[in-house]
Amino acid sequence: MTMTFTRRTALALSALALASATMLTPGQAEMLEVEKDELKFGFIKLTDMAPLAIAYEKGYFEDEGLFVTLEPQANWKVLLDRVITGELDGAHMLAGQPLAATIGFGTKAHIVTPFSMDLNGNGITVSNEVWELMKPHLESGPDGKPVHPIKADALKKVVDKFKAEGRPFNMGMVFPVSTHNYELRYWLASGGIHPGFYSPSDVSGQIGADALLSVTPPPQMPATLEAGTIDGYCVGEPWNQAAVFKGIGVPVITDYEIWKNNPEKVFGLTKEFTEENPNTTLALTKALIRAAKWLDENDNANRPEAVEILARSEYVGADAEVIANSMTGTFEYEKGDKREVPDFNVFYRYFATYPYYSDAVWYLSQMRRWGQISDAKSDEWFDETAKSVYLPDIYLKAARMLVEEGHVAEADFPWDSDGYRAPTPAADIIDGIAYDGKSPNAYLDSLTIGLKGDEVAGG
Amino acid sequence: MANATDTAPIDLSGREKVFSAITKASGWLDALGFSWLVPILRMIAGDSPRTQLHELKRVLLIPLLGILAFVVAWGVLAPKVQTSLGAVPGPVEVWEQVENLWDDHVREREKAAQFYERQDQRNEKLVAAGKEPKFRTYTGKPTYFDQIITSLFTVGLGFGIATLIAVPLGIGSGLSKTFNGAINPLIQIFKPVSPLAWLPIVTMIISATYANPYDWMPKSLLISAVTVTLCSMWPTLINTALGVASVDKDLMNVGRVLQLPTSRTITQVVLPSALPLIFTGLRLSLGVGWMVLIAAEMLAQNPGLGKFVWDEFQNGSSQSLAKIMVAVLTIGIIGFMLDRLMFALQRAFTFSANR
Repeated sequence: MTMTFTRRTALALSALALASATMLTPGQAEMLEVEKDELKFGFIKLTDMAPLAIAYEKGYFEDEGLFVTLEPQANWKVLLDRVITGELDGAHMLAGQPLAATIGFGTKAHIVTPFSMDLNGNGITVSNEVWELMKPHLESGPDGKPVHPIKADALKKVVDKFKAEGRPFNMGMVFPVSTHNYELRYWLASGGIHPGFYSPSDVSGQIGADALLSVTPPPQMPATLEAGTIDGYCVGEPWNQAAVFKGIGVPVITDYEIWKNNPEKVFGLTKEFTEENPNTTLALTKALIRAAKWLDENDNANRPEAVEILARSEYVGADAEVIANSMTGTFEYEKGDKREVPDFNVFYRYFATYPYYSDAVWYLSQMRRWGQISDAKSDEWFDETAKSVYLPDIYLKAARMLVEEGHVAEADFPWDSDGYRAPTPAADIIDGIAYDGKSPNAYLDSLTIGLKGDEVAGG
Repeated sequence: MANATDTAPIDLSGREKVFSAITKASGWLDALGFSWLVPILRMIAGDSPRTQLHELKRVLLIPLLGILAFVVAWGVLAPKVQTSLGAVPGPVEVWEQVENLWDDHVREREKAAQFYERQDQRNEKLVAAGKEPKFRTYTGKPTYFDQIITSLFTVGLGFGIATLIAVPLGIGSGLSKTFNGAINPLIQIFKPVSPLAWLPIVTMIISATYANPYDWMPKSLLISAVTVTLCSMWPTLINTALGVASVDKDLMNVGRVLQLPTSRTITQVVLPSALPLIFTGLRLSLGVGWMVLIAAEMLAQNPGLGKFVWDEFQNGSSQSLAKIMVAVLTIGIIGFMLDRLMFALQRAFTFSANR
């Protein structure tokens, strides 16, 4: 009985295999003539490098005729420098990096991006000590658990207590122009905690700060927190969940709750590379779009497999269960307090991969808000800078080819967008201040803490 | 019968021959760290087991007991220390990771094979379509064993460059007091500098000057190698200078009487007497070079064992600590083997060891 059954299954399977082999895949269009087919891409060990790992493992790069080496980098600075010197052809970057490099904050180089990698994916974690001090100031729901989202007002009490005792309140973030830095600052400022200004003469970012922010590479966050060097941090996954697993800290909020569906990482290349290798740029954008689609399709059905791939030591290398937490749509705050955050990592839905100018403008506005851009800039300047870095034209060209090859659906892309998202409503942002990318200066004026108009930090 | 009586004396002398051969080989075996083989060989050859067993106890049993005691202590104490990555791994967990790394290596090789299969299929299609076939090497991750090879190649290169620079400089400063006086302060200043301090400087300079890297010598590899050179050349330089300076004055005077040209003085008189010290320097240099290499690879993210350690540290998974311990043991064992290799070379090239 079982014999016939297995034979039958085998037969059915082989028939299926034959059918799929004989059926011409719709992708037999002309392959692009790529100018450079051996490429080296850098990444940092974070779950949001997933599109790169998937494009490699699922053969999407190879389908485009690209032979890619993926190489983990020590930190964001090294990664950026290696892209600029040409040791790396491209890399998984913080959205702020191409913008900052292009305007010359830090290392100056014209970096562009044709592909936005994901939405959300970060969290803010505090040490056990700080959490215990915060708890009395939190509202509890009927189930006895804290009501979310947790506002920074509760943390303000802790910072004041530290101040009274003469202790500095230190927090870690991953890079001066990282999403994490701006999100952490946004959250702190929304609770009345001053995160400090940057100025041309003082790039520590701690001018007038209540909370002292400093740079720590993501993988070292838990160890640094454990050592007591910092009292909290803002970082991508798996390093918030790692703190829970190791019992050394408690995530208090995800960036999804700070600002719903905010842009996170981009794929950065030098302007020079895209000009010299237009077809290669198109080809790699195609591969990455397909990888993003695979990550989100059928309601995240592929996420468990993605977790298994990311857990390998050559990619993120953390334990699979830690990565699985956020990748499969749950997020554990306090130990045992698991909540559903289905959109914690978004790779493809909501046009996540389209490089919106409005995303770039938001980052630039935060650079101005905290003094990394020291002088006032006009709305036109914000628009032009965004357009010189974000390249939706290349993205749409790649998307069009994929639609023609039958890999993706027409409806997955905002074909007619002018590059600006509809303004983010106040309800989607933690302090209830709406954001419209077309008028950055008006937006800056509406924020509480931060530089406005012609103000100069430290002056 | 006749045969037997004939062979008996030959047998004896044969035995003598075997013994003398063993005695001769013992020096080499000692140098390579196989001194425990000597008593065993002698017993096989028929020497009295008593004295040999005593010898065997000294060279084999006691070291083995030491290792065993260490492993037991490690196994007992490790689980008592709880880190945030779980308990410190003991010998068993570390051995598991050795197997894991091997499995990884095999898996990666399989993936490479599949890649080449796919490439062949693609090329067949290309040829059928009348286009040029494309051959590319597989771009997977380097496995643990690949990393070891890379590290060995790097240290060999750095050590080679160091030797080429340090030996001539050493001979020069040994022969001439003026030259010695001129470079001595530089040696004293540069000798204590850490590889981590050299690295940024080396990186900048090589990035600027070595603009078009060859395939077999990527920038990162050269950067690590030159860093190794800068840190490991000093022992060779100092010992060479010392060896040359302390050549027997009578020998030098004989050279002068015979009016040997400088080149012949160096090759015939100076080098043979200075060789033992030069080799002592080389041995020290190689040891320092191997140690420095791991640090350089770690910081510069250059391929090799150092990068493996760093990546695992960054991974922070429950297996990471055990994998790092595998790397530590590997680094130690390879360092030991390199040292023995140099010692054997020293024996081969110098008279002093046989004196």
